[in-house]
Amino acid sequence: MPASDSRVNTPRLSRQQYLDLYYYMRLNREVEETMTRLFRQNKIVGGLYSSLGQEAISVGTAYALEKRDWLAPMIRNIGALLVKGVPPRDIFTQHMAKYTSPTKGKDGTSHFGDLENLHIISPISMLGDLIPVLTGVAMAGRYLGQKIVAMTWIGDGGSSTGVFHEGLNLAASQKAALVVVLENNLWAYSTPVGRQVPLENLADRAKAYGIQSYIVDGNDVVAVYSTAKEAVERARSGGGPILIEAKTFRRRGHAQHDPAEYVPPAQRAYWEKRDPIALYEKFLTEEKILDPKGKKETDEQLTALLEKEREFAENSPMPPPELAGEGVYCTGPACHDLQPKWERPIDELLPPKSCVEPVWTVEGFGHGKGATGRDAPIHFGDTQAKPVASVKVSSGTSAVSVKKGAKKKSARGRVRQ
Amino acid sequence: MAPITFLEAIRQAMFEEMAADPRVVLIGEDVGVYGGAFKTSEGLLEQFGWERVIDTPISESAIIGAACGMSYLGLRPIAELQFIDFIACCFNQLTNFVAKGHYLWDAPAPMVVRGPAGGGVHGGPFHSLSPEMYFLHTPGFKIVYPSTPYDAKGLLKASIRDNNPVLFFEHKFLYRRIKEEIPPGDYTVPLGKAIVRREGKHLTLLSYAAMMHTSLEAADALGKEGIEVEVIDLRMLIPLDEETILGSVRKTNKCLVVHEDTKTGGIAGEIAAILSEKAFHDLDGPLVRVASLDTPVPYAPTLEEAFLPNAQKIFTAAKALARF
Repeated sequence: MPASDSRVNTPRLSRQQYLDLYYYMRLNREVEETMTRLFRQNKIVGGLYSSLGQEAISVGTAYALEKRDWLAPMIRNIGALLVKGVPPRDIFTQHMAKYTSPTKGKDGTSHFGDLENLHIISPISMLGDLIPVLTGVAMAGRYLGQKIVAMTWIGDGGSSTGVFHEGLNLAASQKAALVVVLENNLWAYSTPVGRQVPLENLADRAKAYGIQSYIVDGNDVVAVYSTAKEAVERARSGGGPILIEAKTFRRRGHAQHDPAEYVPPAQRAYWEKRDPIALYEKFLTEEKILDPKGKKETDEQLTALLEKEREFAENSPMPPPELAGEGVYCTGPACHDLQPKWERPIDELLPPKSCVEPVWTVEGFGHGKGATGRDAPIHFGDTQAKPVASVKVSSGTSAVSVKKGAKKKSARGRVRQ
Repeated sequence: MAPITFLEAIRQAMFEEMAADPRVVLIGEDVGVYGGAFKTSEGLLEQFGWERVIDTPISESAIIGAACGMSYLGLRPIAELQFIDFIACCFNQLTNFVAKGHYLWDAPAPMVVRGPAGGGVHGGPFHSLSPEMYFLHTPGFKIVYPSTPYDAKGLLKASIRDNNPVLFFEHKFLYRRIKEEIPPGDYTVPLGKAIVRREGKHLTLLSYAAMMHTSLEAADALGKEGIEVEVIDLRMLIPLDEETILGSVRKTNKCLVVHEDTKTGGIAGEIAAILSEKAFHDLDGPLVRVASLDTPVPYAPTLEEAFLPNAQKIFTAAKALARF
């Protein structure tokens, strides 16, 4: 809901950009609705995980990336894959375990990737593991001289894993061009966020790593996009990793089997009124970007596309049984010829040169309370103590009133050789 | 050429690969300024700089994850674990992420995970582990566990050049205890080939890493009693060189497996199964195992000595088998 205050802070997008965001959110939803029907027809082999009501986050964040950038989705980020260029048939065939799917039926859901063209890394079901992997992607990108950004997503639940912290801390210490989107959808399966984390804003986790964070209304696609765009460019220009907390709500259960009866009806009713697509349609109509004719055209375009893609998937074969035993190992250059895409002179990296400053350290060692109860400045020994008057950083405001994200100052870092 | 230590062989392999190929980087705890806890990366930072020799926080999962991410862009990272015991801390990242990538989504991860393993140096229960079998049960890895400086250098170079994730275990007991003259310049030892260290006709003894040397010591003693033992160094557990193993067992008709890893679930059990399936009629006796006790690695020298196999235990077992 781009309310007036957020539009003040939000750069105007081009008409095409507004319409792109609309198209991809609609595509995201229609792809998932098609799969819900397929699931009820017993054509989906495994589970089906819905991102209903969270489309603005997947679409708005991925839309801020460039073609050269890398991403790794979670299970509820089909919208991000669509924005990056994955055709809907890949989503359908993955879920239906077809031989024509990107993994040829070896894995399902959003678990697939493309190293060569789309720059997508496949997720695994263990949450948080993508954060160090994408940190490595960002580090390798910098090393190769590419100006890339790596983006991945994590939930309120996944942000409690150890590897989330290991990954963000390494990213911060390496000043890696990494953007982590924390989708706070209020529920980790049946456990509400308030019983998982003693924090009002999960973006506060960024403080522990001295990195920049934002909080954004996850049901406002323009706000999500604008925040992500700023974060991506900040990361690209060497600002280090960034954590974006997008506040939203998981409208369906953990997966199709889960009726989510544990969700309080009032909470559900509140968020159903904040449907990101309905809010955005209202905005686009008010702004005279979308009219009933345009909406009808989008409807028809999506229906035709998804009909074709669904048919392709349904008519595709299951993988042949002998495939089960193949592909554990790469058999050499005939299987994969791995060549990095250098965008810097290679001789910079051979002895004795090395030009990137990799270590990001904090300036001071802080203060501690002494035996007399007074504040005692401490320093590393080779650095000066900071003045005692430290800046108190506010943790932002509450969820839904924040539209364009409460920017927070990070601990000042510096780069040293 | 003067003989070099096992440790120096590792260092030379990394040094030469990094000098020849800018895709190769080293990432781990204290690998830079300090040169590694055992000094295997000494001098690398000075030569290759901070971008290629990366000191990390104490975060094993992040080390493995970042190395994997780097490999996806075409680099060939070497991830060092300060002691291989800490591989347990990144078990998920290794077994679920790194190992499954090629099978599931056609993503090769050309990375090497290496570190000091094994006991006999009174490192206690958290610095003496032989963790190879956890990963033998995870399709997707190659597993190297060399016993000589020549092999350590050649196999590490081959591992760095391989397109698959390779777990490269270095037995820390061997680091400074053995020296060997190695040829100057570049060479590799192909992955997946065992080697006959001593020829014999009465029984086949299979071993690897530090126990290789203990086995050879026992074989010398057995030779004096007229028992000619064929000692084979497996060098790698995945791929396991079945051809060499079966060829030898078909000749000697008896097989003894010696490993430092604990007995239950050790590689000897797997080899017993292979022989049972493929060489059952060639066997003139049971497959015999000499391995560590099924306990954690104890700290006190008297306890650790009781825990580990030794030449006497191997001698006794081999003699009984030869007479079977």
